[in-house]
Amino acid sequence: MGKATVIPFGPQHPVLPEPLHLDLVVEDETVVDCMPQIGFVHRGLEKLVETRDYNQFIYIAERICGICAMGHSLGYAETVEELMGVEVPKRAEYLRVIWHELSRIHSHLLWLGLAADAFGFESMFMHCWRLRERILDIFEKTTGGRVILSVVKVGGVARDIDAGQMSEILATLEGIKSDYGALMRTLLTDSSIKNRTVGVGAIGYDDAVALSMVGPFARASAVNYDVRSFGRGAYGDLADFQPILDNQGDCYARVKVRCLEVLQSIDIIAELAAKMPAGDIAVPVKGSPADGAQASNVLEQPRGECYYYARGNGTKHLDRMRMRTPTSQNLAGMATALKGCDLADVNMIILTIDPCISCTER
Amino acid sequence: MGSFRLGGMTLGSLFKKPETLLYPLEEKPAPAGLKGHIVNDVDRCILCGICARVCPAGALAVDKKARTWAIDPFRCVQCASCVAACPKDCLSMDPSATPVAAKRFEVVREVPEQPKEAAAA
Repeated sequence: MGKATVIPFGPQHPVLPEPLHLDLVVEDETVVDCMPQIGFVHRGLEKLVETRDYNQFIYIAERICGICAMGHSLGYAETVEELMGVEVPKRAEYLRVIWHELSRIHSHLLWLGLAADAFGFESMFMHCWRLRERILDIFEKTTGGRVILSVVKVGGVARDIDAGQMSEILATLEGIKSDYGALMRTLLTDSSIKNRTVGVGAIGYDDAVALSMVGPFARASAVNYDVRSFGRGAYGDLADFQPILDNQGDCYARVKVRCLEVLQSIDIIAELAAKMPAGDIAVPVKGSPADGAQASNVLEQPRGECYYYARGNGTKHLDRMRMRTPTSQNLAGMATALKGCDLADVNMIILTIDPCISCTER
Repeated sequence: MGSFRLGGMTLGSLFKKPETLLYPLEEKPAPAGLKGHIVNDVDRCILCGICARVCPAGALAVDKKARTWAIDPFRCVQCASCVAACPKDCLSMDPSATPVAAKRFEVVREVPEQPKEAAAA
């Protein structure tokens, strides 16, 4: 065994646009320990809840992270609605879930492209982002924004999707599905990809549970936990929802779970579009949350479970807003997965966990 | 061998229309509902100030005495809260994007006096 050396990784590193710093303790070519450090993009967004009223804060919530923008505005709105006892119209719930699942598809396609780029598969990267562009075009047509959608509001949604637009969305998704099938077959069967991912950074079921991992990272280690299966909102109207699981727990299993989740999201959108009820898209919300009222909520973001907490103080301004994001849950798992791996595999392991540091630090 | 699995798709791209545009020679048409920038039809504006109160970015300023409605396009986050809140529907979202500028500026619109019957309507 060689002498232990500490190699700094990040906060600026080509593999990851997010500012994550790791101190990697290596002996020869093997990582024996890893100490993650965050705190480079903390913006104090939770504190801003004191300076904006509960309707205005939704636009701050969706700026926590560009990729999870839709999820954060939805999670925040649901929490405030629970705090104030507001019942959202059924059609608004369906529209919210359709946009949220579209954002999951775009997040996973972005991630697949970045992962392909990390192991040097440039054409795969281009094809994944080409398909993702079509989802962003759907957002642009239906919400007026490509990344920051500003479509969810407390009490419902700001815009409706008419039948013509809905059939256009479904036709686009069908087109994506056929192209995506070819990409997915390549990702899951290509020998050069398998060489980089199979058996790398494995985490077993027991470790995944003990480290409270969430999202596709946990589901790749056979942890059957997906907030969507609680059946809240429009998810409750799905005929059958089974989380996608794998029991290998390695990088390949994580790639596979995310690949299959894209197809699952397309199916969810198609099913909800067929069942879409008519009616209002929002209810007026008047008044303020009661002094001392508390509410909490969980939402399945593309990266896993995100927890929201809100407390009212009798005014239009909330007393406290708190989020616990999936990446902060997964950092312990990431440090464990890195122990014992080769130095060359570090970037692959970090990418397959898909950390979102902007969400984590807020 | 694995690298050739995507070959069909990549070769097919040679004969398809390009996915990208030759910007700035070609421009993508803006969809109807795109959140470009806020415009105010001042003939209908009653200077109630609701838009300025709901704006999360503090981009709007309404001065009743000077009869002006002003927007700082560099602060505006295109959330369209003001459009939804406007009681006279005089605010709307223009699909064209806010033009790029080298210096910050404010758009100030003078609001003409409304005939009493029109304001009450």
